[in-house]
Amino acid sequence: MSKLSTVVDRRDAKLSMAHLYVGYVAVLIGAIAGLLQTFVRSGAITLPAGIGYYQLLTAHGILLALVFTTYFIVGFLYAGMSRTMGRFYDLPYRLGWLGFIIMTAGTVLTTIMVLLNEGTVLYTFYAPLKASPWFYIGLTLFIVGSWVAGFGMFRQYFIWRRVNKGKLSPLFSFMAIMTMVLWLVATLGVAVSVIFQFIPWSFGWVDTINVLLSRTLFWYFGHPLVYFWLLPAYIAWYVVIPKIIGGKIFSDSLARLSFVLFLLFSIPVGFHHQLLESGISPFWKYIQVVLTFMVIIPSLMTAFSLFAMFELSGREKGARGLFGWVKKLPWGDARFFAPFMGMLIFIPAGTGGIINASNQLNQMVHNTLWVTGHFHLTVASTVALTFFGISYWLIPHLTGRTLTKRMNLFANIQTILWTVGMFFMSGAMHTVGLFGAPRRTAYTTYGDHPDALGWIPYEVTMAVGGTILFIAVLLLMYIVVNLAFFAPKGVEEFPIGEVAEAAERTPAVLENWRLWIAVSACLILLAYTIPVIDMLEHSPPGSTGFKLW
Amino acid sequence: MKMHRSEIIWLTISFGMLLGFMLITGYQTFALGMGPPSNQETIDPQKVDQTAPFDNPGLKKVGEKEYEAVMTMQIFSFNPNEIEIPAGSTVHFTLTSKDVVHGFQVVGTNINAMVPPGYIQKISQKFDKPGEYLVLCNEYCGAGHQAMTMKIIVK
Repeated sequence: MSKLSTVVDRRDAKLSMAHLYVGYVAVLIGAIAGLLQTFVRSGAITLPAGIGYYQLLTAHGILLALVFTTYFIVGFLYAGMSRTMGRFYDLPYRLGWLGFIIMTAGTVLTTIMVLLNEGTVLYTFYAPLKASPWFYIGLTLFIVGSWVAGFGMFRQYFIWRRVNKGKLSPLFSFMAIMTMVLWLVATLGVAVSVIFQFIPWSFGWVDTINVLLSRTLFWYFGHPLVYFWLLPAYIAWYVVIPKIIGGKIFSDSLARLSFVLFLLFSIPVGFHHQLLESGISPFWKYIQVVLTFMVIIPSLMTAFSLFAMFELSGREKGARGLFGWVKKLPWGDARFFAPFMGMLIFIPAGTGGIINASNQLNQMVHNTLWVTGHFHLTVASTVALTFFGISYWLIPHLTGRTLTKRMNLFANIQTILWTVGMFFMSGAMHTVGLFGAPRRTAYTTYGDHPDALGWIPYEVTMAVGGTILFIAVLLLMYIVVNLAFFAPKGVEEFPIGEVAEAAERTPAVLENWRLWIAVSACLILLAYTIPVIDMLEHSPPGSTGFKLW
Repeated sequence: MKMHRSEIIWLTISFGMLLGFMLITGYQTFALGMGPPSNQETIDPQKVDQTAPFDNPGLKKVGEKEYEAVMTMQIFSFNPNEIEIPAGSTVHFTLTSKDVVHGFQVVGTNINAMVPPGYIQKISQKFDKPGEYLVLCNEYCGAGHQAMTMKIIVK
């Protein structure tokens, strides 16, 4: 292979951009749904033309939590692997497009079903609410498409390792592969459930469905799903941000170790979403609570590495005193500022997550608006702001343009609007959730009950925050379109950090995939085998389907 | 793999806290019986009305200031849709669903439980303060989900 270019190959860039286009179209539609939801919930409007609140909510969840995130992640990882390992070989490149086509077919099919009101089951599609079979087939295609994209990345990585025997793989690519391995292992659960339970049942080939098993398989997938969103953000924090701030990666081996720990501990924890459920013994719930606490550790390691990196680079630039380095950070640079606000927001977001996972404490917040507030901080702020921050340099890099001063300014304003809007919306959700207001519920006063009437001012605050967020989305769309089609031609850097000289050599064991996948499988079997056997042996007669919307 | 000294301190302190959380939640769950509702009994969801005790839902006195509330949940209501008890009573709720998954939440208390069809869920609570407690379904169950509510009147 010739010397590695610092610019992503044109052909690979097109593949990556195709993903980003779909992702950002999903953001716009999902955001419109979100804005309308906050107005409906606070009683400000009723929806015209027979559109339902829950239909909007389904669209909002699928388009933002699944479609935007997955397309962005696949596009970003393809670009980053091409940048750090070189132009994609033919087979992995073709797998990338094949995955894109399958994923998009699935997305279109499921979206049509939601628009036709044939799939108003929310993005968690809990049985025995029964959508059209095509809703589930669309979801299956979406997942299978993402697998094919993942196989493309695995193939590229495999060839690179064969060509570069004995060499340490680039950190970005290692992390990209880890993210896709995590995704593959996690989606197996939901795929089994959709293919063997939902599709035969919704076609009427079988009469009933095992509800608890379907929920368990969903949450086997549902929690690692959030780490699938988070890991690409961590890639940007570990690998890209050091270069942007003019520092060095604190430690290559600790970065890799934290990603290994995510693979091990983010999957066998799904019961912490089912803590209040009948049919699962308190012992197995508690085992998974303990494993959930373990997955906090790699995030704590990440927090340390990042702030150590900030401080070291600040001191190198001559910062003095305990906090002098803070002033040396490039606050005016949107490529840094947007992800940094994401990191900051992850502190309350992660704390809220620990509360949610704390077994009996979960009873205070489960299915209240607190939870909605929580994941609007994690995925919709920490992850989203980081993805926006990546887009500000990735899109112009891939389209052969540059991030102008003017767009950089708009991007900083976008970040501030997003943070302020989310402060109001998520703050109000957290607070009113503690008072008992349920999530996923249309406007209601429960027969003018004083408790429910007391929630309305908070719901109005949510709508105010939602409006600010929507303005931020419009500004984001303007920036994205500008960077993709109108910004001046040029070369925008794809920042990839270098490892600090003081850091140690990375042990080869961290790249031993057989070992880590085996350990991960053992932990999954430990956490799930007995409770699932229990579930099957003592299962009640199944449930028939209901279409109640 | 060597770690920086301050990173070891950071991780030791934070892991110590996590260990504390594990021990406290474990102690409360197993020693004090405060674990989340996890009843294991099953029921045929198609035959709830014919299965005891749900063939006769309602409030039953089981002891001095102690009641059992047998309730079914179905779109978009609770049966019974109102119960009345004297202040200081403990109520043992026995719940099941006749159709989809519902949630049972009593605002202003710690009561919060999932009620998937096919299972009998149980949860208990002592009501000390008089008042009209708002009960609601907190799991999306269809177009009328926001109307699914009942009252517990404590006198």
